[in-house]
Amino acid sequence: MKDNILISLKDIVVEFDGQRILKGINLDIHDEEFVTFLGPSGCGKTTTLRIIGGFVEPTAGDIYFDGKKINGVPPYKRNVNTVFQRYALFPHLNVFDNVAFGLNIKKMDKKVIAQKVKEMLKLVGLVGFENRNINQLSGGQQQRVAIARALVNEPKVLLLDEPLGALDLKLRKEMQTELMRIQKSLKITFIYVTHDQEEALTMSDRVVVMKDGEIQQIGTPQDIYNEPKNAFVADFIGESNIIDGVMYEDFEVEFAGQAFKCVDKGFAENERVDVVIRPEDIIVGDYETSPISGEVESVIFKGVHYEMSVDAHGYQWLIHSTQSQEVGAHIGMNVRPEDIHIMKKMEV
Amino acid sequence: MKGTSVKKNKSSWGVLPSIPYIAWMVTFIIIPLGMVAYFALTNAQGQFTLENIARGGEHMSVLLRSIKLAAIATALCVVIAYPLAYILSRKQGFQKQTLSIMVMLPMWMNFLLRTYAWMTILENNGLINKFLSLFGIGPLQMINTQGAVILGMVYNYIPFMILPLYTTMCKIGNDVIEAAQDLGGSPLQVMAKVVIPLSLPGVSTGITMVFVPAISTFIISKMLGGGTNQLIGDIIELQFLGNSYNPNLGSAISLVLMVVVLLCMSIMSNFDDEEMEGRIL
Repeated sequence: MKDNILISLKDIVVEFDGQRILKGINLDIHDEEFVTFLGPSGCGKTTTLRIIGGFVEPTAGDIYFDGKKINGVPPYKRNVNTVFQRYALFPHLNVFDNVAFGLNIKKMDKKVIAQKVKEMLKLVGLVGFENRNINQLSGGQQQRVAIARALVNEPKVLLLDEPLGALDLKLRKEMQTELMRIQKSLKITFIYVTHDQEEALTMSDRVVVMKDGEIQQIGTPQDIYNEPKNAFVADFIGESNIIDGVMYEDFEVEFAGQAFKCVDKGFAENERVDVVIRPEDIIVGDYETSPISGEVESVIFKGVHYEMSVDAHGYQWLIHSTQSQEVGAHIGMNVRPEDIHIMKKMEV
Repeated sequence: MKGTSVKKNKSSWGVLPSIPYIAWMVTFIIIPLGMVAYFALTNAQGQFTLENIARGGEHMSVLLRSIKLAAIATALCVVIAYPLAYILSRKQGFQKQTLSIMVMLPMWMNFLLRTYAWMTILENNGLINKFLSLFGIGPLQMINTQGAVILGMVYNYIPFMILPLYTTMCKIGNDVIEAAQDLGGSPLQVMAKVVIPLSLPGVSTGITMVFVPAISTFIISKMLGGGTNQLIGDIIELQFLGNSYNPNLGSAISLVLMVVVLLCMSIMSNFDDEEMEGRIL
């Protein structure tokens, strides 16, 4: 990842039929960066991607590419290529001609095309598939063709619109690693759209969390996970306990009827806040001595850990622990100060 | 053993629903065709002869004219229908409905009525010539020309071109077109390299559905072509309903026409196959 800014979105607004899809997006994307737009469906992440690809014109706002304004430049004149959600391969062409499509349009020399396509098929692991028909390929193979078809044009930016959505879990994991490898080896900017938070955290240099056409938070995967900016981000990125609390003063918060030390400051005295605690950060302890106590209501085995629901005075706590508890047992719960995340109340 | 019995059941169920159509086909298509062939190859006394087929040669010029006019009309239909079908397939909602109703609307009117309407428009003292006379032009000879016959064919048969084209074009996903743009294809290149190749099956269906009725029509040529632009359909009709009553000759010409149509279609499908091969290679 380099420091220079490659793509810049300034106050981008998009309206369809009077409905606001994007409400003022501001974002800088660096050269060679892997950026992911993450959010629930309808949050505007695909629309943002399509603005960069040239398929959607912003109602207001500007988009810059390499310092030049590219509003109104049609897709075929942009140095950007896309991997579409359902691959959108050409059914009348074989694997070779699909990959060679962009180069043929540029009227490159046939020998050069053959060479480049061969290299690209090698990169995505499809050597020997040149003459296959598209409908003879599995989903994963079609996906690789789609990636090769885009990358062979050597774009400065590759846009990926939920490219792994149609694949099964194991294949998806494989493709995630493979995409990261390709991105590092070709040194291209990847802009990736997904609703899968784990995918976003695994692959990205930076994650852009979106909701209702607005950016909620921009940051590294670590930032987003450990320091979510608001309760929405906390809830969307992994599971969370979100509890009402009151900030007594700096470094002291009250929730679940108890005062806790914390590492946050800068709130008003007695300000009402959202307290976010990750389920894996709850320490199960003795019933008598722990600050919070409750009754275990359910235990589900999840492979790596047990997922438990604990009722404490009406609030259902979610706990991830490697140690199982009996259903009906009374247990105590505690949290370390650095695992307590304080957030401003979201306006409803 | 179990597996095979299941298979058997399946295949017998597969045949069952097609029995009504098979019965229909045998009664109304295969038996009548056999009768046409029988009449074509016999004389009035019921003896075998090739004379009817040979006499059909007398009408060679009419047959050639029929092929020519039908081919021109079919080509015009492709040129006019193709862009319309493409636009139609890319529209959404209300616009799409309105446009497709406008395409279908003439088909709800009686075929004869539609053709009569064109007579009153094209006649020497018809609508167009009356309008032109306001400016001191004309009258132009429009009715009873080959042009009028072609116009009638295009007007009556163009929905049969639009519909198959529209259907195949609807199957071309917007994302495939966007992918072609994304890979650097200008609008013209996207047309040439993606839309046209993917819509060829529709083109060939449309050509069949327009060419076949156009080459065998007799009403359009009678009403818009006058006596001088007879088509092969008119000749056949005369053998059955006219003064020169001769069902044997009529059957023979019908048989020849059928062979000609089959030939044209097989040339078409050959062309299609080559296209398909071109795709695979």
